Amino acid sequence: MINEMLAYFAQGANWAGETGIPARLGEHLWYSFLAVAAAAVLAFPVGVFIGHTGVGKVYLVSASNVLRALPSLGIMTLLVLLMGIGLLPPLAALVLIAIPPILAGVYAGVANVDPEVVDAARAIGMKDSRIILQVELPLALPLILGGMRGAILQVVATATIAAYVNLGGLGRYIFDGLALYDYGQVLVGAVLVTALALVLDGLLALLVKAVSPARRAIAR
Amino acid sequence: MNWLLDNLPQAMGLTVEHLYLSLVPTLIGVVVALGLGLAFGNRPRARAIITAVASAIFTIPSLALFVVIPSIIGTQILDPLNVVIALALYSASLLVRTVFDALDAVAPEVLNAAEALGYSHARRRIFVDLPLAVAPLAAGTRVAAVTNVSLVSVGAVIGVGGLGQLFVSGYQRNYPDQILAGIIVILLVALVFDRVIAVAARLLTPWLHQGAAANSGDGKRRRTSPAPVAPAPQELAASGREAK
Repeated sequence: MINEMLAYFAQGANWAGETGIPARLGEHLWYSFLAVAAAAVLAFPVGVFIGHTGVGKVYLVSASNVLRALPSLGIMTLLVLLMGIGLLPPLAALVLIAIPPILAGVYAGVANVDPEVVDAARAIGMKDSRIILQVELPLALPLILGGMRGAILQVVATATIAAYVNLGGLGRYIFDGLALYDYGQVLVGAVLVTALALVLDGLLALLVKAVSPARRAIAR
Repeated sequence: MNWLLDNLPQAMGLTVEHLYLSLVPTLIGVVVALGLGLAFGNRPRARAIITAVASAIFTIPSLALFVVIPSIIGTQILDPLNVVIALALYSASLLVRTVFDALDAVAPEVLNAAEALGYSHARRRIFVDLPLAVAPLAAGTRVAAVTNVSLVSVGAVIGVGGLGQLFVSGYQRNYPDQILAGIIVILLVALVFDRVIAVAARLLTPWLHQGAAANSGDGKRRRTSPAPVAPAPQELAASGREAK
């Protein structure tokens, strides 16, 4: 199987055109980016609100547990059947999967800000909007990015399954290979998506480290 | 829901398979993580290597791992063993860090006291460190178990997926009802797992709950009673990484 995989990688034709490896990689990244961006737009304000006010904290905790159990394959196939073929249904499923980690990160980041710091900000006359923008969000940045990192990894992994409902992306190799009993091609998909996840995770880990307060203090 | 009511025997069979495919890897993961944690918790270099490998394993997308395992260990691509091994790897990777942290969190005074009482190192590890680590370990195990319940269903695309097979067959036959039934039963199974582990952990750590129980009558909490069980914000953020 490994030899077949290497042969697949070695063949120039597999690197060109609409079904070539760069194109599939591009599709995979594009779906992932769209989903994470949409999820961030939806989850960010809610996370800030709950973190800042504490309203609805209990629901957030139980909801995040339930959502973790949501099977992505089930959500994706269900949405495709209900909404039809196309980019939107699988994308909606990816957004649904990306929301909990982002929400949890933003909420935890804002809620974790030392209450004394918030009191001090209030005492020097800051309004709530300024406290959020200039005090809570900067301090929450590491946890927010941590949540984003979780969401991105999860979406990149789940975008593989989007190929099952006739979308592109790196999952194409896995599903086409399975259908053709061409396990070399299956491995190509698995290796590529794993490499993508590891590289993204490494980059995001560096980013999180760069904005962590301890690191900033040392750098100063 | 009609599909579920009309096909109860089939749904029961798939549920049993699903339970097996998610429970076995969770248990293997707990045992492996505990073994690694107790053996290497005090050796910084081994610990750093284990943590790095675990986090890399955890980053591998589940579908990729399911299809790569056969080429590494030589199983058939449709063998349920692939799913069990993959999920056990995830669970162990997730839990080994929890075990390290949980063992670190045991108060040094307690360990010194145990040593002063004449506990050997191995006995102290098992009878003092381990019980005190149960509560955080249980929290991690809940996450691992719930994640496994959800991930098993991905195996359906390679023919092994318990209730996930309802997604594949519902999709192929254009029958949303069947998919919905699968999602609902999976959520129920996850919920039951979560509660069972939480209750088991409570029973295993009676000392954490005595204060609260004794005081539940007068409605006031004593100072010494433990914090409420809701996860702290940091835990919630950390748990965001888990499922795939």
